[in-house]
Amino acid sequence: MKSRPIIETSHLSKIYKNDSVETVALVDVTFGINEGEFVAIMGPSGSGKSTLMHILGALDLPTSGTYILDGENVEKLTDDELADIRNRKIGFVFQAYNLLPRTSALKNVMLPMAYAGVPKEERRDKADKFLKMVGLGDRINHTSNQLSGGQQQRVAIARALSLNPAILLADEPTGNIATTQAEEIMAIFQQLNDQGHTIVMITHEPDIAEHAKRIIHIRDGKIVKDSDGHKQKLVSHKSTS
Amino acid sequence: MEPTELISEALGTLTVNKMRTGLAILGIVIGIGSVIALVSLGQATQQTISSQIESLGANLLTVEPGAQRSGAVRGAFGGGTTLTLDDANAISTSPQVTTVQNVSPEVQRRAQVTTGSNNTNTEIVGATPAYLIVHKITLSSGSFISQRDVKGITKVAVIGPQVVSDLFGEGTDPVGQDIRINGKTFTIIGVTVSKGGTGFLNRDDIVYIPLTTAMKEIFGINYLNSIALEAKSPDVMTQAQNQVGYLLLARHKLGDPTQADFSIFSQQDILNTASATTGTFTTLLSGIAAISLLVGGIGIMNIMLVTVTERTREIGLRKALGAKKQTITLQFLTESIILTFSGGVIGVGVGIIASYIISNLISSPFAVSLSSIALAFIVSAGIGILFGWYPAKRAANLQPIEALRYE
Repeated sequence: MKSRPIIETSHLSKIYKNDSVETVALVDVTFGINEGEFVAIMGPSGSGKSTLMHILGALDLPTSGTYILDGENVEKLTDDELADIRNRKIGFVFQAYNLLPRTSALKNVMLPMAYAGVPKEERRDKADKFLKMVGLGDRINHTSNQLSGGQQQRVAIARALSLNPAILLADEPTGNIATTQAEEIMAIFQQLNDQGHTIVMITHEPDIAEHAKRIIHIRDGKIVKDSDGHKQKLVSHKSTS
Repeated sequence: MEPTELISEALGTLTVNKMRTGLAILGIVIGIGSVIALVSLGQATQQTISSQIESLGANLLTVEPGAQRSGAVRGAFGGGTTLTLDDANAISTSPQVTTVQNVSPEVQRRAQVTTGSNNTNTEIVGATPAYLIVHKITLSSGSFISQRDVKGITKVAVIGPQVVSDLFGEGTDPVGQDIRINGKTFTIIGVTVSKGGTGFLNRDDIVYIPLTTAMKEIFGINYLNSIALEAKSPDVMTQAQNQVGYLLLARHKLGDPTQADFSIFSQQDILNTASATTGTFTTLLSGIAAISLLVGGIGIMNIMLVTVTERTREIGLRKALGAKKQTITLQFLTESIILTFSGGVIGVGVGIIASYIISNLISSPFAVSLSSIALAFIVSAGIGILFGWYPAKRAANLQPIEALRYE
């Protein structure tokens, strides 16, 4: 089902200048991701995968090259325009969950919708729906510190889904989570992918990368291997209510 | 985000660290509180002085010896010897002076007054019957100095209620008893009604004796300290001032009004001077209070900068999730405005209580002006914006990746 392109990059480069030292993080990276794909970007630390993730997530701009996200050219945009792109098109899932402390799961999920200007009632209903979807329907009023790592990451996934983004961008989503809970998180990602969500996941763990349909290997800022159509490891979907 | 959400979120954040929030607010409470207390204290003092001066009579003019100065600056009291009883008589009899209805020549000096057992240092005023009318004095018992007393140089005295309580004890009627002034015995013939007042305006701590007795027997002088004049109405004050002025210039054989060896001023002149003085004082005190408010504001800025640094990761997250600069700015401004505004509300309360206590202690009327309260609210919110602006901008300009990486 190769269809609409969600991500198109061509000749992306990123060079960090620190005083007089130049650090080359990405060199001439060109690839595309279509709607409905589940892609893992793999590489050792220092390979440039975090830089790539920041550019794909519109958190940073490339030094050169073009990046088109869901039909919109992400280049030379102001901070506020980038914020708007992130808000509408990208659902972030971070390694450290990054939930607001002392804030209920419900309010955490409502936050991006508040920035998008969704009316309050609708925000509440949607947040409730997405929290049920990730299996936390009974914990919507728990604050972040009352939830386990796996549960916090599920809140983060619900938050990422709240504005129906073009792409889910997960940065080491299981890095801080115990193995059994990690499997549950991966099951949710696979389930979401089955429902048609496009997912890009950064990881350095081969086990985790195996859950994706496609793995892009990156090393020294370059794509070294793009295993389109590899055999996907499937996790049994637990029923989540 | 809706304003109510911004506020409830900010309240949530501020209540996490109650001690810090409380201390930050305290700076503003002290600042606003002292501004309110000192401004209302100043206004109360001004009101007291105005009402006391006005109670002395709205159409009262005073002639004093000494050179005319700019405005109505009083020369050293009793410093000049140029005013005489003849001058006073001339004012009351001259056909040129048509706007003056009562003339009260006066001498005054402090002296020791004793009874057998008690003594007090008080103001001795040599007066004529006109004094009673010009200065609107009423008696609680007995009678005032009569024309016969002045003519006969009798040794009679009318004393103020303060002197009564100092010499005879409160609530007693001393009419008929004797007091000694500079070794001479005077018979008390009357007691005045309390007019209130403090300091140089205290009309209760006075002993009135006949003018002639004071000049010849007690002070040994042949000149007057002042002449009080009652104009026919408040509308003819300037006219009266001019008529008396020209008469006295002619009598003193002076051609040029700038050479005048006396000065004439109205109650309004005194009132203006007193208002200017208390106004300066109030401004000075408010200035000091404003400095404490400024220090409070800097405290708020300090706390907000700490907050921004502490919450760098949260700011990074919010920006990653789509918060625009304006949203972040508003979030932190809301917090600082809530801090300063609640400080303002508490400060107004503290200020009102403080000025109530102070006004009771110094027995001045308790007055808190609505305008100073309104100003306090606006100023406290303004301080929140002013001192919250820089930290909020700093938060808004954080780069999301760096903020997310911040440990």
